[in-house]
Parts: sequence; structure tokens; C-alpha cells
Amino acid sequence: MTGWPTFAWRNTLTWCALCCAPLTVACSGFQSVLDPRGPRAEAVAKLHWTLTAIATVVYVVVISALVFAVWRAWRRPPVLEEHQYHETPEQAGAMRRGVIIGVAATVVIMLIFIVVSVSTGSTLAKVGGDKPLRIDVVGHQWWWEVKYDDPDPHNIVSTANEIHVPVGRPVLVKMTSTDVIHSFWAPNLAGKKDLIPGHETVTWFRADSAGIYRGQCAEFCGHQHAKMAFYVVAEPRLEFEKWLDQQRSEAKTPTDSLTQAGERVFLSGPCAMCHTISGTGAGGTIGPDLTHLASRRTIAAGTLPMTTGNLAGWILDPQSIKPGVKMPPNQIDPQSLQALLAYLGTLK
Amino acid sequence: MTLRMQTALLLVVALPLAGCKREQRRFRETPPAATAANSIVMSTLQPGPAVVETGIRNPYEDNAYAVSEGKRLFDQMNCSGCHSHGGGGIGPPLTDDEWIYGSDPQNIFSTIVEGRPNGMPSFRGKIPNYQVWELVAYVRALGGMQGKAVRTTRDDHMMFKESEQARDQGHPSPTFVPPTSVKQ
Repeated sequence: MTGWPTFAWRNTLTWCALCCAPLTVACSGFQSVLDPRGPRAEAVAKLHWTLTAIATVVYVVVISALVFAVWRAWRRPPVLEEHQYHETPEQAGAMRRGVIIGVAATVVIMLIFIVVSVSTGSTLAKVGGDKPLRIDVVGHQWWWEVKYDDPDPHNIVSTANEIHVPVGRPVLVKMTSTDVIHSFWAPNLAGKKDLIPGHETVTWFRADSAGIYRGQCAEFCGHQHAKMAFYVVAEPRLEFEKWLDQQRSEAKTPTDSLTQAGERVFLSGPCAMCHTISGTGAGGTIGPDLTHLASRRTIAAGTLPMTTGNLAGWILDPQSIKPGVKMPPNQIDPQSLQALLAYLGTLK
Repeated sequence: MTLRMQTALLLVVALPLAGCKREQRRFRETPPAATAANSIVMSTLQPGPAVVETGIRNPYEDNAYAVSEGKRLFDQMNCSGCHSHGGGGIGPPLTDDEWIYGSDPQNIFSTIVEGRPNGMPSFRGKIPNYQVWELVAYVRALGGMQGKAVRTTRDDHMMFKESEQARDQGHPSPTFVPPTSVKQ
């Protein structure tokens, strides 16, 4: 009989531990505020842990005091009538002291919170480092347009849903939106910043270690808000320069008959109404720039990995993959589709 | 509660259902037959027997979502480049119901698909049919030919009053006079 309560207690502990275990999964990963990879995310994570630690201490103290009070009242003989209860001067003094200590502790803790959050705010506001890389991000329903500024217009690079940045260099992001409010959020690198139609907002981040970080729209923006993701690819400087040079080039003219046919399909069909492929006549600005489509990791704003099969499904019936997306379904005969896919595959 | 009251209550509850069609959003369209435009009658003047009803209907008539999609496409497909938000410029205005090539839905459909002399380009094969029908719905709303419930809003820059954000920011003071908000 004596062993049983201990067993139950242990059982409860095991269950608690099992239930809490999934929470620790959120502590690392390519889209997590608790796995900071840049100064801004680090400052926020530090603030988060400080606040959580203080709040935990406060919670434990308050709950302990409550349990103690209940326990003490429970042990005392019950008060029969209200008029029988008389506060002694000692009791009144103890209560006053309790209230004063409680209020003082609250004020001190609030002051600590204010100091910590203001100092975090100043860390977030200062751009950490020289010669920031300047990029423009434009939010669309439901994808991200990314432009790399350059004094020479010929060198401006336009891509979508994938932001390449050099490790250790701050990135200054100028943002706006063409339709509704979106919010730019790559949790490993920085906090959220809204993209507002008709208005420019600026944010910055710096990736201190190489890697691929996932970002997500953080302001509900319509049917496919959940499928409006992007990737930040942080790579060493030389690799980044190589990527940027590659992105500056025009699309190669197709050489074999299949890809030539594919280019014709693209230019004569509805594709060219919305998409740009630099070096060809296609100059639509409604959808993402496809000049280097095949070099990207995903299609449809992080919805699907970039494979020929996914691309085919997307072109034929995007509405089944992302209902409500602005790209219409297309009727293309199989031969033309194969040619088109072969051509799009060459757009590295 | 009497049966009559119950019936009345049921009718009142069911009343909002009448508005359902206005907000219907169909994402996956079976495109109407591509040959639709070929059977459209352009004019009442024709040889042979009298006008035959074609039976072609705009699937989006009186649908607010289609009208708003049409409005988006009107800008994105650069219709506004010539028709200028319906007011006309290089192309004729679209805010009335007198149309050179007919203002019935099927006439507007074929005008967009086939193009017309003196500048209207043909969008055949460039815009999927269902989006052409959305454009038709919007263009008819511009001309006041759609139901009141789906009438499209004007763009910000065409508003009589300037939007609040676009106005000069005043500084509040005891004798504050708000800046005039009416464009001359």
C-alpha cells in the first residue's frame, strides 16, 4: 500500500515530461525564434528568455503563497460567524507589510522589464555593420518579389521567394506591398515588419552563420496566406557574388529544337502576359520574374520543391495546389507542355 | 409560437441566403467553350431570319468577386492604358451603356477576344476565357449594367474626396482648422 502513491506520483511526472517534450522541438530549426542566427534575432531571444525566467519566478512565488494561504486556512478552526472575526493589530500590520512588499516587487520587476526591453529596442534599431546590402521586397498575394539594387539599372536583379545574402554583412530591406498588408518574418534572423501598400517600410537583418532559413508572411493576407513563404539563403561572400553575377545574366537563347519550341509556347501563350524572362520579349510584371526560375529551390512561394513534375502540375492547374492564387489554369497539349518544361528547365 | 410566426421567423432567417451568389468564389473554372465567341451576333442587321438567341451567358453576371477580379485584371492587362479606369483616353470611355460593338456580355467578350479596328488588340489565347468573362463583368459594372449590389468602387485617385492618408497632416491647436479635403 505504501508504494502505490509514489508510483502514481512518478507516473504523473512521466506524463508531464512526455507532454512537455514536443515543446523543446521548437528550440531549434530553420524557422524558429529560439534558434537565433543574427544580432536582431539574438537580442529578441535574449529578451524572451529574460522575461520568461522572471515570469516563471513570479509565477512560482505567487502560486506557492496561494497554496500556503489555502493550506493555513484549512488547518485553522473555521470561523463560525463573521462578527467573531477580529483582526489583531499584529495581523493588520503583517497584511500591510505584505501589500507593500508585493507592490514594491511588482514596480521593481516592471522597471527591470522596461530597461531590458528599451535596451533591446536600441540594439534592434541600429544597423549592425558597414556597407549594408540593399534589397527591395514587394509583397504580392501570395508571393515575394525581391530586387537587388544597383546604381546601374542593367545590374538590378529581380527574383522571387528566395533571398540570397552574404554571411556577416547587414542587409537593409526596403519593403512595400501592391495589394494588402503583408508581414516579412524570418524568425531566425529578425522580427516581423509589415509591408504596407502605398508606403515604404525598412528593416534590416544580418545572418551570422551560413544556412537556409525559412520565412513566412506573418499578417493574414487572404486565401493563401499560409502558402506565402520565402527562403533566406545565407552563404559566404564569394558564393553570394557568384550567385548575383549569375542572376544578372540574361536567359540563354535555346539551342535545341525542343527548348526552342518551349520558348515559342511561352511567348505565344498567356505566360508572357504576367511573367518576365529577360532577353526575350516576355516582360510581364504581374507574376514572378522567371529569368532564373530553375535556379530557385521552390515554386509558388515555398509551396512545392522545384521539380519538373511539380512545375507541370503547377502550370496546368495551380488552383488545385493553391486555391485562389492569381495564376489561372492553363490548357496546354502534352507536346507543348513537355517543350515548355524543357525550356523552363534551362533557365538556370 | 404559432405556426405563422414560425414560418415568418424562418423566412427572415432565410433572407440572407439571397445574397449568397454575390460572394460566390469559384477558383477552378471549367472554361466555357472556346468557340463561344464565333456564334455571337454582332448586330441586329443580318441576312436571313431574325436574330437567333445564342444562349451564351456570362457565368459571372452579378457576382461581386468576379467584378473585383475583373477590376484587378483591367489594370494588370493594361486595359486602363487606353480606357483609363473607364473614363476613356486613347480608347473610348466605358462608363455608359452606348457601345460601338454592343454592350451585351457576349459582345464585350468577343470584342476583347477578337479585338476591334483602330487599336483594340485581340487577346485571344492571352487571357483564359474565364478571366475574359470576369473582365466583362467588371466592364459592365463600370457602365452601370450590373445589379446595384455588385457595383464596383472607384479607385482612390478618382474619389471626389481625397483619402485621409493622402491629406496634409495638420497640427492640432486650439484654433485648429482642418485642411480642405476637396480637390479643386
